[in-house]
Amino acid sequence: MEPRTITLTVNGDRRCVAVRPNLTLVEALRDELHLTGTKQGCGTGDCGACTVYLDGRPVNSCLTLAVEADGRSVTTVEGLAPSGTELHPVQEAFIAHGAVQCGYCTPGMVMSSAALLSREPAADEPSVRHALAGNLCRCTGYTKIVEAVLACVGDGSCGAHGAAAAEGKA
Amino acid sequence: MSEARTPPAAPDPAARPVSGPPESLIGQRLPRPDARAKVTGAAIYTDDIQLPGMLYGAMLRSPVAHALIKRIDASKARALPGVKCVITGQDVPAIRYGNWRLVPELQDETVLATDKVRFIGDEVAAVAAVDKDTAEAALALIEVEYQELPAVFGVDEALADGAPAVHDEHPDNLSLRRDIDYGDLEQAFAAADYVREDTFTTHAVSHAYMEPCSALARADSDGRITLWTSTQTPYYVQCLLARTMELRENDVRVIKPAVGGGFGGKMELRPWDFCAAWMARETGRPVKFTLSREEELATGRRRHPVKITSKIAFRQDGTILGKEVTAKLDGGGYNGMGPTATFLIGNFGAMLYKVPAYRYRGIYVYTNNPPAGAMRGFGAPQALFAGEMQMNKAAEELGIDPIELRLKNAMEPGDAIPGVATIGSCGFRECLEKVRELSGWDARMAAKLPGEGLGIACYSFISGGVFNWFNTRYPFSSAEVKVFDDGTAQLTTLAADIGQGSDLILCQILAEELGLKIEDIRLVTGDTAACPQSDLGTWGSRVTLMAGNAVRDAARQVKERLAEMVSLKFDLNVIHEIACGGGHVYSKSKPSRRIPLGEAVAMAQRANRGRPLKASGYYTPRDVGLVSPAFSFGAQVADVRVDLETGLPEVQRMFTVHDCGTELNPMAVEGQLEGSIQMSLGYALSEELLMDRGRTLNATLLDYKLPVAEDMPPSVSETVETYEPEGPFGAKEAGEGLACPTAPAIAHAVHQATGYFCRELPITPVKILRHLGREI
Repeated sequence: MEPRTITLTVNGDRRCVAVRPNLTLVEALRDELHLTGTKQGCGTGDCGACTVYLDGRPVNSCLTLAVEADGRSVTTVEGLAPSGTELHPVQEAFIAHGAVQCGYCTPGMVMSSAALLSREPAADEPSVRHALAGNLCRCTGYTKIVEAVLACVGDGSCGAHGAAAAEGKA
Repeated sequence: MSEARTPPAAPDPAARPVSGPPESLIGQRLPRPDARAKVTGAAIYTDDIQLPGMLYGAMLRSPVAHALIKRIDASKARALPGVKCVITGQDVPAIRYGNWRLVPELQDETVLATDKVRFIGDEVAAVAAVDKDTAEAALALIEVEYQELPAVFGVDEALADGAPAVHDEHPDNLSLRRDIDYGDLEQAFAAADYVREDTFTTHAVSHAYMEPCSALARADSDGRITLWTSTQTPYYVQCLLARTMELRENDVRVIKPAVGGGFGGKMELRPWDFCAAWMARETGRPVKFTLSREEELATGRRRHPVKITSKIAFRQDGTILGKEVTAKLDGGGYNGMGPTATFLIGNFGAMLYKVPAYRYRGIYVYTNNPPAGAMRGFGAPQALFAGEMQMNKAAEELGIDPIELRLKNAMEPGDAIPGVATIGSCGFRECLEKVRELSGWDARMAAKLPGEGLGIACYSFISGGVFNWFNTRYPFSSAEVKVFDDGTAQLTTLAADIGQGSDLILCQILAEELGLKIEDIRLVTGDTAACPQSDLGTWGSRVTLMAGNAVRDAARQVKERLAEMVSLKFDLNVIHEIACGGGHVYSKSKPSRRIPLGEAVAMAQRANRGRPLKASGYYTPRDVGLVSPAFSFGAQVADVRVDLETGLPEVQRMFTVHDCGTELNPMAVEGQLEGSIQMSLGYALSEELLMDRGRTLNATLLDYKLPVAEDMPPSVSETVETYEPEGPFGAKEAGEGLACPTAPAIAHAVHQATGYFCRELPITPVKILRHLGREI
């Protein structure tokens, strides 16, 4: 298959990359752009480890073709934190609450959680559990993940961060 | 909570407070130092690594369950542009390997099939190509002619007269037997007032770790191999890769990057480890394999399906007199870790209660299913599903409350399992009392409602295995501790953190011993070429106890040298006890007699003509029986409501009380327990590898149905405090034994709610409705 050249904005940077038409976005991000923070746990859209934002909306990047991202904006977990020293509140909360074990689901969990909080800054526990139902974790039983997300509710900072990141401005 | 994330302050040990006893790190809810890298995506897992010139590998797997390989022709695949290497069983040494080095006849696998395939997914050939698409295309060009053989897919079928033999060396498909005998069983059954016999079957489930297996190998020009692999046992992989490649062990370097979970599924050398290394040497280019989720679920290791028959004898008052257990394990096509599972099921069959007479007959049976392997609890979830279901049924028929029946027979500190183990710390009775209170057991049992029920089940578990099936010639755990004159320390160990957080726990133990902060400790780990020989890796809940003891051993030797410096400087009486704390080394009786740790290190170096201050520590369990140096205990109650129309069991709440000795880091312990409940809820209710004549029907995570965040019931956990003398600071296992009680506790609750007594996991609405006499 002949490669196609696509141009996309990744974490605020314009990137140009030649991709085969069947290459998925997660493969393009990981193998071509070396953004390996996004994980592939299944390749069939079941585990959510590959969650990124496409034009601000969370998607499974394993179900998205790289060519679909042409001319669009992608935010990965590497682009969620506002800076190299400052983390997104959800990331801080995951650390403080022990929500990270093996860490393989974590990038997707963090992205889904931040997206939820930017949509629904006052999310309650059922809506957090519902929002994370597409992200599988095998280590934590989700308990501390849910606690971490709920800890961000009401601190005010999360919605703004989430929205900024979701729009690809972070 | 933020200390571990802030960069270490400039070392100024003298500025640290020394008045009063320094704050202990034991029992602190410390966050993990690796968490920052994991939340930002910076943590590096094997598949994240790309090396220049790297090739992509793919495995060709058998599409049939049992066949002779009549012919393999890879010439078309080799001719495909972009293909750099193709190997089949004919191209590599046919060396048998397996973790059971102690008994070589149990090593029954070759890295690629030679003359025969034994399950759907058996590895037949491997390809390395310039990209993934080319590798996949090449697989389709390899011609394999199979002569199909009759196959067997269940233990009874495999044991039947005339059944086809999976391995020619075992015409009866019986790979091995393990027996345990003690006490006078005939006498026990003759004296019994009440005897019952039940048969239970358990099913195959997947570890479903989130990170699929991945291996990346590079060959140096001198032929030495470096392998990055997603493993929980880098030492085993090093030794077995060397053996299968006919190299010396020291010619193989295994590096364990961050690992995305293992749960027992990543503790063997696997074919892709070998194929990556072999083809890297053949091509001179790095080769990487990463499995698909479909490969993981359809062909990967799984928890052994077991058929267990248990016969138990009681006196009328509920005292257990004797027990006889037979277990038939469906091993699939190869042994893997099956011999250990066969032994452990026998032990777990009589570890929780005082059983004066016991007979166990375990057999490991070859079938043409994908091979089973170690998985969280390793034999205990199956043994305790049978054992605890039977206890509950016995309680019902004896007219004794199930908790009372357990209290009557519960193991206590100092109890011996004849010839097997002596129980050290044990808070089992306290767990039972506490879970009764926590769950409101008595009131609920007195007022039962249709469709609602409480159920109970318990567990005991090991803290590391005593057995040396790998036949290592090294200590079971090793650690090297170095201290520096800037007041910091370095811990080097091959103990393998695969996500459970043991790196933090070992640093916590060292920091506690040396009176330093977590951020003063640099950890070097996960590299067989850099770490001391050896550590057996992560399995059997061994790391905290065994590697923790090795760390303490090394730390104490370093402290001894530091204490000499304080003694010398202040000319202390020899009776002074000298301790480390708050960044200082000081006299306990005269704390003002103190030196910053870094300064004491500098003095020790000067006294020793510049030689760095370091020590090696080791731990190997000796003279502690046949199973484990320490045993944990726990009790769990499930509150379940069953929809009597649909048969759907819904867990309302879980109550857990456990005894893990000292909780070194409660946040880490909670994480282990919470994760265990998720995995075990799936085992009880939703997860099952559905098989049809050796083929896995649900090889996607969507169809496999592990519980999601919305499925998790509220859960309450409490701890019973004990102190385990064999464990570091009194600690022992947490979170693996809990893989056992959840399924029988839920099944018991379902029995209370509906009368359906589950003898065959998982518990499904269909089974419940059938019991209720409903049309399906």
